[in-house]
Formats: sequence, C-alpha cells, structure tokens
Amino acid sequence: MPEEKERSIDGATVELIKKAERENISTVFSRADVMKPCPIGVEESCCKICGMGPCRLPRSKKDEGKARVGVCGATIETVVARNFARKIAAGTASHSDHAREVVSTFLKTARGETMGFSIKDEIKLLEVALDFGIEIEGRPMKEIAIELGEKALAEFGKQDGELVYVKKAPLKRQEIWKKYGVTPRGIDREVVEMMHRTHMGVDQDYKHILLQATRTALADGWGGSMISTDLQDIMFGTPVPVLGAINLGVLKEDQVNIIVHGHEPLLPEMLVVASRDPELKQMAIKAGATGINLTGMCCSANEVLMRHGIPSAGNFLQQELALITGAVDLMTVDVQCQMQGLQGVAECFHTKLVTTSDRAMIEGATHIEFHPEKGLDTAKQILKMAIENYPNRRHAVYIPSHSQDMVAGFSHETITYLLGGLFRASYRPLNDNIANGRIRGVAGVVGCNNVRTTHDAAHIAMIKELIKNDVLVLTTGCAAMACGKAGLLTPEAAKEFAGSGLAEVCETIGIPPVLHMGACVDNSRILIAAAAMVKEGGLGDDLSDLPVAGAAPEWMSEKALAIGHYFVASGVFTVFGTTWPTMGSEKVTKHLFEEYEEMFKGMWAFEMDPVKAAHLMIDHIDKKRKALGIDKARDRVLYDMAMRRALD
Amino acid sequence: MSKIIASAAIRGAHKIFNMAEQKYREALEKFGPGQEVGFPNTAYYLPIIYAITGIGVSKIEDMKRVLDICKKLIPPPVRENVPLPYLAPALDAGMATFFAEEIIEAIRYLEEPDRYAINSEDPNDKTIWLGAANDVIFRKRGVEFVDGTAPGFAAIVGAAPDAATAAKIALELQEKNLYVFMCGENGGKRFTQQLQEAGVQVGWSTRLASLGPDIYQAVFAIGFACRVAMAFGGIKPGDFRRNLIYNKDRTYAFVLALGDVTDEWYANAAGAINWGFPTIADTPIPQVLPTGICTYEHVVSNIPHDQIVQKAVEVRGLKVQVAKVPIPVSYGPAFEGERVRGKDIYLEVGGGKTLAVEWTTTRRMEEVEDGKIEVIGSDVGEVTAGTRLNFAMVAEVAGRNFQEDFEPILERQNHHLINQAQGIMHIGQRDIAWIRISKQAVEKGFTLKDIGKIIHAKYHQDFGAIFDKVQVKIYTEEEKVREILDKARATYAHRDARVEGMTDESIDTFYSCILCQSFAPNHVCIVSPERTGLCGAYNWLDCRAAYEINPEGPNQPVVKGQCIDEKLGQFTGCNDYVKKASRQKVENVSFYSLMVDPMTTCGCCECIAAILPMCNGIMTVDRDFNDMTPCGMKFTTLAGSIGGGAQTPGFLGHSKYNITQRKFLKGDGGLSRIVWMPKRLKEEIYERLQKRGEELGIPDFPDMIADETVAMTEDEVIAYITEKGHPCVAMEPLM
Repeated sequence: MPEEKERSIDGATVELIKKAERENISTVFSRADVMKPCPIGVEESCCKICGMGPCRLPRSKKDEGKARVGVCGATIETVVARNFARKIAAGTASHSDHAREVVSTFLKTARGETMGFSIKDEIKLLEVALDFGIEIEGRPMKEIAIELGEKALAEFGKQDGELVYVKKAPLKRQEIWKKYGVTPRGIDREVVEMMHRTHMGVDQDYKHILLQATRTALADGWGGSMISTDLQDIMFGTPVPVLGAINLGVLKEDQVNIIVHGHEPLLPEMLVVASRDPELKQMAIKAGATGINLTGMCCSANEVLMRHGIPSAGNFLQQELALITGAVDLMTVDVQCQMQGLQGVAECFHTKLVTTSDRAMIEGATHIEFHPEKGLDTAKQILKMAIENYPNRRHAVYIPSHSQDMVAGFSHETITYLLGGLFRASYRPLNDNIANGRIRGVAGVVGCNNVRTTHDAAHIAMIKELIKNDVLVLTTGCAAMACGKAGLLTPEAAKEFAGSGLAEVCETIGIPPVLHMGACVDNSRILIAAAAMVKEGGLGDDLSDLPVAGAAPEWMSEKALAIGHYFVASGVFTVFGTTWPTMGSEKVTKHLFEEYEEMFKGMWAFEMDPVKAAHLMIDHIDKKRKALGIDKARDRVLYDMAMRRALD
Repeated sequence: MSKIIASAAIRGAHKIFNMAEQKYREALEKFGPGQEVGFPNTAYYLPIIYAITGIGVSKIEDMKRVLDICKKLIPPPVRENVPLPYLAPALDAGMATFFAEEIIEAIRYLEEPDRYAINSEDPNDKTIWLGAANDVIFRKRGVEFVDGTAPGFAAIVGAAPDAATAAKIALELQEKNLYVFMCGENGGKRFTQQLQEAGVQVGWSTRLASLGPDIYQAVFAIGFACRVAMAFGGIKPGDFRRNLIYNKDRTYAFVLALGDVTDEWYANAAGAINWGFPTIADTPIPQVLPTGICTYEHVVSNIPHDQIVQKAVEVRGLKVQVAKVPIPVSYGPAFEGERVRGKDIYLEVGGGKTLAVEWTTTRRMEEVEDGKIEVIGSDVGEVTAGTRLNFAMVAEVAGRNFQEDFEPILERQNHHLINQAQGIMHIGQRDIAWIRISKQAVEKGFTLKDIGKIIHAKYHQDFGAIFDKVQVKIYTEEEKVREILDKARATYAHRDARVEGMTDESIDTFYSCILCQSFAPNHVCIVSPERTGLCGAYNWLDCRAAYEINPEGPNQPVVKGQCIDEKLGQFTGCNDYVKKASRQKVENVSFYSLMVDPMTTCGCCECIAAILPMCNGIMTVDRDFNDMTPCGMKFTTLAGSIGGGAQTPGFLGHSKYNITQRKFLKGDGGLSRIVWMPKRLKEEIYERLQKRGEELGIPDFPDMIADETVAMTEDEVIAYITEKGHPCVAMEPLM
C-alpha cells in the first residue's frame, strides 16, 4: 500500500483516506491499489469496435518489424487514431450535451416557462445576440432572448456552414481551419460523423481521422462549451471577483450540509436561492441544526463559487472523502465525473445521494429529477430532504480543519474591467506587461485529478514553477480547486510564489498569480481571453503568435482530451501529464506532437514530470517572445508633436 | 496599484464623496433645486462630469443623478487579507472623486463668489486663486497645446519644502514650456504662495496657474484636459473612453505630488490615471511601475526635487525640445506672458515714448558675418535704472535659399522670440515695437546685445533651412534710429503692396496646415493667398516658408489642380488632398463658402461665421466675445459644435484678417452677407472693412453691420439692417 503522502499533497485528503482505511470503506484510492491499468489499453493498442475482435496490437520483442494490424487489416495507426478520436467525440458530446441543457433552460426562461430562473446579465445578452447576428435595436429583451435561444439551439443541429462563434477567433486562425477543412459545421454533426468515421471499415487513414477529431474538438471549444458559458452567464450573471473558501473544512458540524456535485449549474443555482429561504432555515433549526450549509464539489462547485462565493468542499478525488466525514446530509449529482462508488460510501453513513438528471441515475441512489419548469420547487424539496436527514447522523462526525480562503470569479469580461476600471477597461495593461517582460507569458493549466498520480501534486508543482518564472496562470476545473487549496488563489500568493515581474503586476491589480476562470466547460473563457489579447494588438495576429501554453497535468476524462485538442487546434502548445493515449503508435504521436505544429501552429506534448513540463511550456513561451521581438528590453519612446500627429 | 495606494484612494473617495453629498444637501436646502450652478463662462458645464457622463449639470437638482453615479462607482474599503482586486475599483473611485469635487466646487462658486478671480488670467486684489478657466482663457491656452507651444501640463499638488525649491521647480517646468496647474496644501504651505514669496509672477500669462488652495481644485486641471478633447478633438460629451484615451495619447500631463500624500490626494491621483496622467511624488510612497493605463509608470516616488521635473517628463513619455539661447536669463514660451511693470523697469524703448523699430532685411553673403551682434550707442551698462532709449534693430540675413518673401516672416517672429526671455517684455512689431527690460533681468546680466543673441540663435533654430547667416545691429542713437526707420517704412509699404496684390488665381500651389492634427486628427487647413489660416497665425507665405524649412513637416504644398467650381472655390487637387489628409473623413472642401462643403476647423479659429437664415445674411463672432450672439449660441458653443474637424454647413471657422480678404464667403455672396459682428472686432478691423466696403461700392458698410449694442437677437438684426438698407436684404436667398 502506498504511503499517504504519495496519494495526495492535501492534508484533508490524507486524513480522510486514513479514516476510510480505518473504517474499511472502499474509495477510489483503495480500488486503484488493486486495479492496475491495463497495459494494452493504456497505450490504446486495443481495438474493440467490431465483433471480430477485440484485437490486441501491443509492441512485442518477438514480432519486432512486423506490421501490427487487426483482423480486418486496420493498422496500429488507425486503431490508435480511432480510439483517440472517439474519446474526443465523447468529451465534446459531454460538454455539448451540458450546453444543450443550458440552452434549453435558457429558451424556456426567455419564454417565461421556468421557475426561479431569469435573465441576470442583460448587457451580455445583447453582446451575445450581436454575435449571433440578431437585431437588437428597439426590441424587447424577451424577444431578443427567445431568438438567441432558438439560434443557439440551432447550432447543435446545423448541417452546413460554420458555427457562429468561429468568427470570434482571429482571422488568421479561421483561415488555418479553412485550409485544413476543420471549421466545425454543427455541434452534433461533428460528433455523429466522428462516430461514423470510426465505425468498423470507414475512415482508415490516421491523419484523416485526426482531422475530423480536430473539427469535433473545435465544435466543443468554439461551440458547445462557449455557448454554455455565455448563456449561463446571461442567466446566472457573469462572474466577478468573489471571496470563497475551499476544502473539506468548509463542512459544518452543526449545520445541514448539502453538497452539489457534477457539472450543470442549473439546479445548483436554484439550491443557492432555496438555501437562503428563511422558512427552510427555520426548518433546519427546528431539526436541531444552526443553519443550512450549501457547498460544492467538482465543477458544480466552481459554478456556484464563481457567481455566489459558495464554498467548495473539494475536487474530483475528494468526492467520496467528503461523505466519509459523516457530516454530509445530502449530496446531489447531475452529470459527469460523479463516481458510482459514492453510493457505496453513502450507504456507510446516513448520507442521501440524490441523482437529479434525467440522463444519469445511480443504482441505489434517490432520484429526484430536475426540470427547469419547477426548478425552485425541486430545489426546496431536496433541501427539505437534507434537513429531514440531519437528525439521522449516526456516526461521529469528523471534519478536517483544512479550509483555505481564495478569490475566484475571473471571467473574460471581468479581467477586461480589472485591467483598467470601468472607464479604461481593456487588455492593454496585460499585453503591455507581456511585451515589457514583467509577465513572461500566460499558461492555461486545467483539467482533472487522476488517482494514478499524487492528488493535486502535479498541478501545484507545475503552477508554482510557472509563476516563479513570471508566467501568469489561468485555471479552471479541478486544477483551479487544487490551486485554491494550496493558497495560490490569493493575492498574497503573488509575493510568496511569483517571480518579481509577475508579482509586481499582481500587486498592481490586486490579483492572485493564478486566476480561477471557472468550471471545465469555461475553458472557452480562456480562448476568448486569448482572442482578446490578439485583438488588443502588439502580440501578433493569431492565437499561435501569443506567448502562451496550456497543460492538464492530472487529466483523466475524455473531456480533458477534447479541451486539449481544441487548444492545440487553436494554435496553443499543450502538455499533458500522467498518461498519454496514443503511445501505441509512434506515427500518430509524432503527427500530434510535431506535424501539428506545422499545420496548426499548436501541438501536443506529454511529460510526466510537472516541473519539466512547466519548462517545456516556458521554452515555448520564450520561442514565441523571440518571434515577436519582445525577448529583449526596449528603449522608452518619448513623444514629440510630430509623433502625436501621426497617431490615428 | 499597490494595495496601500488603492486602499487610501478608496478611503479618500469616500471622504470626498461624503463631503459633496453634504454640500449638495445644504445647497439644496439653501438655494432650492432650480438654482443655477456651474463654472463661470463655459459651455462645458462641469466639464469632467459632462465629458465622461454626458450630463450637463446646470442646476442643483442635476447633481443628484451624478451623486447616484458616484455611489455606484465607489467600492467598499479594501480588505486587509485576501482582498478582492483593487486597481479597477480604485480607478473608478478616482473618477467618482472628480465628479464629487466638481460638485463641491460648483457649490463653492455659488457660496463664495469672490473665492476665485473670475474671468481673469491673473490673480486680483481679492484673491490669488484663479479657479476654473473660462472658455476664452481655455481656448487661448488650449491653442498652445494644439500647436505644440505647450506640450502639456504639470498639476502640482501640495508645496515644496521651501519657496526657493518651489521657484526652481516652477522655472524648470516653464523652461520645458509646460503649463503648471497648482492646488492643494502641505503642512500649511501652498506652492502658489511659495512662488509669490519667491517673487515669481503667477497667473495664466506665465503658465503658472494658481487653481486653488485645496486638493479639490485638481478638478480644474482635469476639466481643462477634458475640454481639450471636446473642443479640439471633436470628442462628444459622454464618449468617455475616447476622451480618456485622447488625453493619454495627446495631452502630456502629469501630477507632481509634493509633500505628505493624504487619502484625498491618492483619490485624485487614482482619478488622474484614468486619463493616463501619472503621479510623481517627492515622498517615499509605494510605486506603481507596471505600465498599461498610463503610457509608462503610474506612480513613481521618492524623487529628489532637483530631479523631479526631468523624471516626470520621462515617466510621462514626453519629448521636450528646449530652446538653447545663450543669454543670462531663462528662455521659453512660458515667459512670454510675463509683464514688466513700473518699478521693475530698468530700461524701456518704444511704446510711444521713444522711437523703436525692428527690421529684418536681406544682405549678400559676403556682407554678413554670422553671429555678429553690434550695439551702436548706449547699452544697459551705460544707463541708469528707469532710462528710456530710442531703438532700431536690423537683422541682416543672407543665404542661398533666402528669399525676400521670407523677410516679414522672420521679422514677425521677433515679438514672441524676444518676449520669451524671462524678465523681458515685448509688444508690437515693425515701427510700433515696445520693449521693457526688468531690473531682475539686468541683475542677471541681460543687455540689449542679448536681444541680438536671441534673434541670431532662434532664427537659426527655427528657420535654419532657409538662410545661412544672420547678423544683428542695434542702434540707440536717435539720428541713426530715424535713418533706419525711414528705410524700414519703405520696405513695409513695399511688402504690404505685394501681399495685397497676391490672388488665388495667380499661383498654382496652395499649402496645407495639419499642425493641429496632433489634437484634431481629421482636421485639414488649406491656406491660399486669399484665405489665411483660420487661426490667424499662418498666411500662405508663412506656410510656404514653413515647408521650405521642414519639407516633411505639417505644411505641405497642395497643387490646386482643376477648378471645379469657381464661385465656391473647389479644386480637384485640394479635394484629393483633403480626403487623404482627413483620413477619408472629408471629401470636398470649398474655399469660399460656408454653405457648401465648408472648410473644417480644429477649434483654434479666431472667428466663427454662422448663417442667420431670417436675415438672409451671415454673422461672425470672435473668440474674445463672451456673450450670446444672434444665432442663439455663444462663441464657445459654436466652437464646441463645429470644432474637432467636422464639416458643418452653415458654419465656418476663419481668421479676423480673412474677413476683409476679397474671396471671403464669395460663394455665398461675399462680405456683403455679413450682418452682425461684435463691436470690438468691428473696431479692430474697421479701417480695412471700410476700404473693402468702398471697393464693393458700399461706402458706409461698417455702419450697416449690426453689433451687440444694437442687436442681440436675429429679429433685432433684421430690424437694424432693414433700417440701414444693408445690401443682403436684396440678395438672392441663402437657403
């Protein structure tokens, strides 16, 4: 059995793993000890898409030099590429199905058919409506919202043309996509076509398969994910900086603890409203508690943190551990990243696990389906259930003391504001300080936790190395939560961990050196921020010209691959850690790691060591700085009248 | 922004806002909601509020809306641990601070009318504080920003450790041609008072504007910048982003914080950053060095007084060209407006009491020894204080490229060239020159010979490209002076006849002037012999000389091309040039019409002509006239609506001289359309107006033109011109 410190760098996590072991409760950590990864599957050298296989095509010393093909003759390149592409399709489908639910709720809200939902950010509504080419002059908000909802919904089923948001990318980027025929047409169409092309006996040229994988990923980043973020902002408010707290210490022994877990913010938003209902609060007091403590887990946590400052209990690998505190009266789950193991843990305690999505049930869990038409009622019903369950606590409650304050809520819009105030909002100060070298570059470090590596360790090691080298880090998802726990999401962290240039800029603006931009679906915010940097000028004319890089050092989900791939296809150098799913084929790997740089000016890399990975990113950033001619100090320009006349 | 600064700025904003709110409540009670409020004689209301929000505060009740905006802008105090981002909220708080201070000051104007010297360029007997510049002062001074005479301003807050240091800082800023706006107090001392203590002349005329005693009067400096953008940049009220960025790019202002920086100072400094104006402090406050909102650093601190001006100029990113003139006193445009009065005079020439003449003439190369300055007769050393002398100065110029036409151009510079020496006052030109040399200048060693040195040095600096050598002879003996006077007068007559004889038809090349594009990027002047520049400063010969001096400069030859419309004065070459130089904003331009494609103005025009439809005529008003005109707008409102390079049919910016040029408004019927102008303007150009009237066959034309003494409304103008039988009554309809 591994040492606890190899399981996690987080004290609360380590304490609760020990408790689970003492009490003999099965968790992801204990199961991983006995379940080793399949050596063939780990490098994706296995094809099981038809009934003639599964065909295993691992490298073998014995057959060295022999072609590795399946019974149908599919080469190892085809097999690896197909497996990779299908993962991207699944990741894209996940974000996009989340988005569909959001759009559907938005449209119903616009029509006045939902309960508890409203349009909170009218300015963003108008901006997004303009992106969609909707006439806004002299029209009531309701009408605009309905048209936007209809048009956004149509993006999923569109068959031809291109997705509306494609034009938010710099022109040069759009041209590259056109050149390789990867401009996404419709969100669902790309996923369906991907599944079709990876069916037995269809697309069998790995480069061609990967082009469709690219188009599919772009339909996620510049389609589903972006729509989801934008419409969520319109309905729930565009995030602004907010103080929050994170880690299992946010659970309260004397309160009714409810954790919202999963990804879609729809029900969580209603739970936030309901949790402030004085009647329910009174009910909680009657039940013997001092109040209701709503907290989050995984990306549901990120959503309600970003908009309301609701405390986060923890990230992916902490979901079962939260229940092991014995303090959780109810946990809701909707879609994505909720382990089935939760129900087993819940059964060891009084905890009620409630599934809420019509798309996701867990055997043994209580199912209370969420429908926006009666959203607030459902939320109240769930809260009542939690309150009623509070007196049923039958174990001694053990809540680790770990809780860390953090500042979150960095949407693209808010960053624009923070850099110049209401009157001079722009990306100019960011670009300026990149050009003058105070900030070396920008890195997006995102993604999951993976039990095959020390929980949170790679995130923190990589990010500390980046900020030490003056790279500003943007983060989302479970990576962001790791940063929160490690205290990197505080302005004070700049002075302690960041290089002097970055620290100076952070001190000026009053921001942490690592900016929490939301849930994993909000990686689109990073794309938009990068596009805004290009638009501001001075740092090239494409996303690939920017001194930026991306990483997911602890990734595990198919969504992470879709995200990584849309970043690569948008021109960003992206490094993954822990494991890499094309190792079965040198050619496929070379194509993604090297040839993609020629084609898309962005490419993949894999590096297990997070500090080394950080240096790959820094080297790439330096390469881009050199190409931009900002690698050397520049003289101060003093302006005379003739220079002022020459201004536009 | 450092946390310390942001926290202090936000605290300061709260304090100032609370004060404004209290003042507002008191004023509301005392004067009632309908009471008119505002800064004196301005069309820009409370200019910061107007520029940023578009709200024109003219009554006490209007202040409520602004205070509500302030409330939204000012954030809660910055938390000590894990604070939320504070830069942006602090900048917003700074903006709210300015809004609140404008409200405080507007109420102060109401409550203490004698607090500031209203409508005055200089302190008066009652007060040393000047308050907000009225629009006349603003335009006069604003033009200097636009043409580059003044590259920017320093807003000095607080006080230097002592009067001598204050005087030294002020002098250094003046030498860099910067305006100095002073407010605030430190340890009971104020910079303005320190200057007075050191015997430095304070006022708009020396570019040392004593805005007020407290920090709140910083708004007069920022309001000035806001008005520059609206008046010359054509930026509309409420278009805050463009106004702020315009000022960042074009108005080179900065704050010098001298002394202990209070919360209120921080709030004002944070506000100024919105305009790209950084703060340079002499105390060890935290610095804000990363760039972005300002061009370079935002706050630089702990700078010793002997380096603070140089540092400020560098931080602001300003290149200052300083004239090097080998004389024992300071030199630069900032000293131009200084006066030398009675007891301070050491030596005086001209001014009607003795003869004084200045003459610039051409000599052959071998006749001139460059840099030779001779004083023939008595100089300062030979006379006692209070002496008057006769004076003739002959500048003899030679060079391969020198032309006779350039003589008057150089000669006309003498006035401001001599006037720019500290302690020397110069008025007039030609044979009506008048010079006073102060005792202070003489103490420093200034002599008449130094006037020659100025001419030699400055002619070379400014006009070096068109001549090779210059020598100066100064005569102070009456007989010799009379001899020069005769020769000079013959030359003047010859020159006048030549300029008079030049017509637009007689040449094929006009000259552009885009000097003002530093502030009005779409405005293009084209100067022809019969249409002098609308600012009154440049005629065709000036522009031609300027082009010869600097072929890459703001004056470029414009080949007239084909005449499209003789009456309106439209030419293919000019239209092509204007389209390109206006960055495609203006397609066609008429030289002689205000009705069809009139030429644009940057806002620096001396006069604005406007149609009076019911009169079937046109009025014109010069920028010194403060009152209402028959078109229903004051000069400043007119300038506000047509300035900034916009083409507005029915309105035209022009120079005073242009009124009596033959092509003036030819396309609309000519000078005979003029039905109204201010009395003082009419008197100023009376002689030429009379002469031009006679040419047109209207011998008593000046008397037919109404002025404010007989007509303040269009109806009154109609009555007057009908009674006088003004020719426009019978002319074809204008519209």
